[in-house]
Amino acid sequence: MPTGIRNKVAIIGMGCTRFGERWESGAEDLMVEAFVECLADAGIEKKDIQAAYLGTHFDEVNVGKAALPLALTLKLPYIPVTRTENYCATATEAFRAACYSVASGVYDIVLALGVEKLKDTGYAGLPGGAGRGVVNFLMEANRTAPGCFAQLATAYSARWGIPMDTIKRAMAHISAKSHANGAKNPKAHLRTVVTEEQVMAAPMVAYPLGLFDCCGVSDGAAAAIVTTPEIARSLKRNQDIVMVKALQIAVSSGEEASYTSWDGAHFVTTRRASAKAYEEAGIQDPRKELSMMEVHDCFSITELVTYEDLHISPKGGACQDVMSGFYDLNGEIPCQVDGGLKCYGHPIGASGLRMIYAMYEQLLERVPPERKVKNARLGLTHNLGGVPWSNVAAVAIIGRE
Amino acid sequence: MVGICAYGGYVPRYRLNRAVIFKAMGWMNPGTVAAAKGEKAVANFDEDSLTMAVAAGMDALSGIDRAKVGGLYLASTTLPYKERLNAGIVAAGVGLGEHIRAADFTGGLKAGTTALLAALEAVGANAADCLLVCASDSRLARPASTQELVFGDAAAAVVVGREEVVAELKGSYSITYDFGDHYRGQMSMFDRQWEERWIRDLGFDRFVPEVVKGLCATYGLTVKDLSTIVYPCHYAPARKSINKALGIPPEAEQNNLQLEVGDTGTAHPLVMLAHALEAARPGQKILVVSFGSGCDALLFETTEAVERKKPRRGISGSLAHKAELDSYTKYLVWRNILPADLGLRAEEDLWTRWSVLWRKRKEVLGLWGTQCTRCGTPQFPAQRVCVKPDCGAVDEMREYRFADKRGSIASYTGDMLAASYNPPAIYGQIEFEGGGKYMFDFTDCDLEDLSVRMPVSMSFRRKYVDTRRDIVGYFWKAVPVKEVR
Repeated sequence: MPTGIRNKVAIIGMGCTRFGERWESGAEDLMVEAFVECLADAGIEKKDIQAAYLGTHFDEVNVGKAALPLALTLKLPYIPVTRTENYCATATEAFRAACYSVASGVYDIVLALGVEKLKDTGYAGLPGGAGRGVVNFLMEANRTAPGCFAQLATAYSARWGIPMDTIKRAMAHISAKSHANGAKNPKAHLRTVVTEEQVMAAPMVAYPLGLFDCCGVSDGAAAAIVTTPEIARSLKRNQDIVMVKALQIAVSSGEEASYTSWDGAHFVTTRRASAKAYEEAGIQDPRKELSMMEVHDCFSITELVTYEDLHISPKGGACQDVMSGFYDLNGEIPCQVDGGLKCYGHPIGASGLRMIYAMYEQLLERVPPERKVKNARLGLTHNLGGVPWSNVAAVAIIGRE
Repeated sequence: MVGICAYGGYVPRYRLNRAVIFKAMGWMNPGTVAAAKGEKAVANFDEDSLTMAVAAGMDALSGIDRAKVGGLYLASTTLPYKERLNAGIVAAGVGLGEHIRAADFTGGLKAGTTALLAALEAVGANAADCLLVCASDSRLARPASTQELVFGDAAAAVVVGREEVVAELKGSYSITYDFGDHYRGQMSMFDRQWEERWIRDLGFDRFVPEVVKGLCATYGLTVKDLSTIVYPCHYAPARKSINKALGIPPEAEQNNLQLEVGDTGTAHPLVMLAHALEAARPGQKILVVSFGSGCDALLFETTEAVERKKPRRGISGSLAHKAELDSYTKYLVWRNILPADLGLRAEEDLWTRWSVLWRKRKEVLGLWGTQCTRCGTPQFPAQRVCVKPDCGAVDEMREYRFADKRGSIASYTGDMLAASYNPPAIYGQIEFEGGGKYMFDFTDCDLEDLSVRMPVSMSFRRKYVDTRRDIVGYFWKAVPVKEVR
């Protein structure tokens, strides 16, 4: 029987750049920035790193293919370096690979680094269809990311019979909450406080999503160094150790896209991955046991349905939880405590590690009081890559030893 | 008996009031005010002669077994390809088999009737049991020209065969002249015409009576024997004098649709014929005359079946399904007369891999997917491993066409970020009756009219235009149907 990853790997160092429109920084600068912070936090030297994983998504507009950009930039000395790519779950995949390398006993100390340089396209939003490939462009709708995720809202409204106004209001609360959290975070991309009314009055991007329902398109990098619990304890004497509790990923089977049983109003993958993650971490009731989380709020509606798909809010009941403040910074399960994709920003290949970084700094109580989560013991991160009908969902849970 | 077994028509949804054109351009050419009456049908930005031909062809073929159709003749003077058989694209779109004959008829505006005649004669000679003829045009005219006001976009289609004939071919007569009334050279985007008085007084006034008299003399008929006379002439004075010269009574003169659609070029005689057949009764003689580098005249007599076999949509249905295009500049942008900026997002280079398109031709052009023979689940795109979770059969698929199926909206959006000539770009998940689903672009609709579960039908459209390599790519879009049938 597989025993899972729980308590087999420890995180000894993390780093994360300021996210944003980093016009003066290339991917190399971002990688160095995250790595320097991460290495210092780990308290080791570069030569101690035995293997590394690079997460980056849009090689077409970014750093190029393969793992070489990481090795060449950091001058990693002929160690095994591998690139991972799995849409928005890319960085979580780099982290997962690093953790499995350690858990397998093949390596002791492994680096995972995710980076994305998006703001070299010349236009708003993510790069368009080039990455879809030569077959899909013949047939796929003329779609963008907001238009794909916006359809969750029209389908959700029809599925649960909830008026769009109610959904719009809940989405506005979600975005306003993330702006409030992001405003307190010096590393966040978007640092302005907005009201629900401002969110609802914003120009339409893709019906029913307005500008403030969409996350920032940002440049950034994040990194983690993982090792065995024994080495972690020896390096971090008398310090709290952050342990990996669960790493799960679920990938669409084609059922949502091509078979009519899916309602278009939820993520099949997130439901599967999170259920397995709770099992792996030994969590019985996530609504009671989780201290906080960072979910994939590429759009406010994604965050709304994800509350249900993580088995925290009742199905069809996320709007009530949202409006009651359940996910606010002072709520029962604070969500997007660092601002989320919405305000911290979303450099695709770095986001998964950025989320883990947010949980990590809360678990180690390294955050100032104004954005501190009370009694943070167990944090969940969730990535969703792709589109609602065809995607990769990754869930990681980390906690204090 | 050889004749027309079925027919169909297509007029695009958008109509541009000619007063809107005149208001925008009349300052430059005030004399065009005489032509600035009524409205003209305008193809959507994603429509062209091939897409309209597919729409008319599907209308004509509804309920007809495609396996019986031995070929397709396509007539148009606005074909997107000089080399690459345009009729081959339309044949794949309407879902014909691949072991067929197909040909493009082009050049003069009488190509539509010439294609029809060629099909009738091929069936008459037993070269085929059944052939589809599509005629379609979307001619461009310079802003401020008379032609800009006169021309309209539409298509018609006729199924020619020997069984269940609704209108039997009784005879034909043709005349051919090198008459340079309108012309476009190899590189021309726009129509050019010679002096209108000459076109009207020498062209229409002389050639139409000439061909009608030629046919009547050949078959021992007089104009009084004809119930309906179809001829495409948009000059009202010329129509009067032709009617007078030939003795055509008002009730026999078929409406030329100038006020509703405009002059649709090669398609026009067939558009008018389809419109006439929709109202025809058995035993009527219908004369169809084309005009352009001469004339063809085709004489038909309707049968008992004409009242029974009506098209699903036809010209009348298309005329009723309309929306006003209230912007002249939108028309210019849609026809690429005004080169609007679509933004950097639109500049990505996605060049067509012809070998990929070859492998995917059935899915892309015909919207063919697969149906699992073990569990019956239809699926698009074509799959080798069945998508039904508890089935999963491998390589037990048969071909399954979605183009004729109705569907319904499962989710949708209107996207202002996507590069589009008609923003917002509307698209969503479509679930097909009987199973199968896919994310399609929507067209011919307005965001505020949409709702989940609204029915849709599928329409063959331009998917992309690669201006660098002069490629037009086609695929299918969903057209929401507001009124539930």
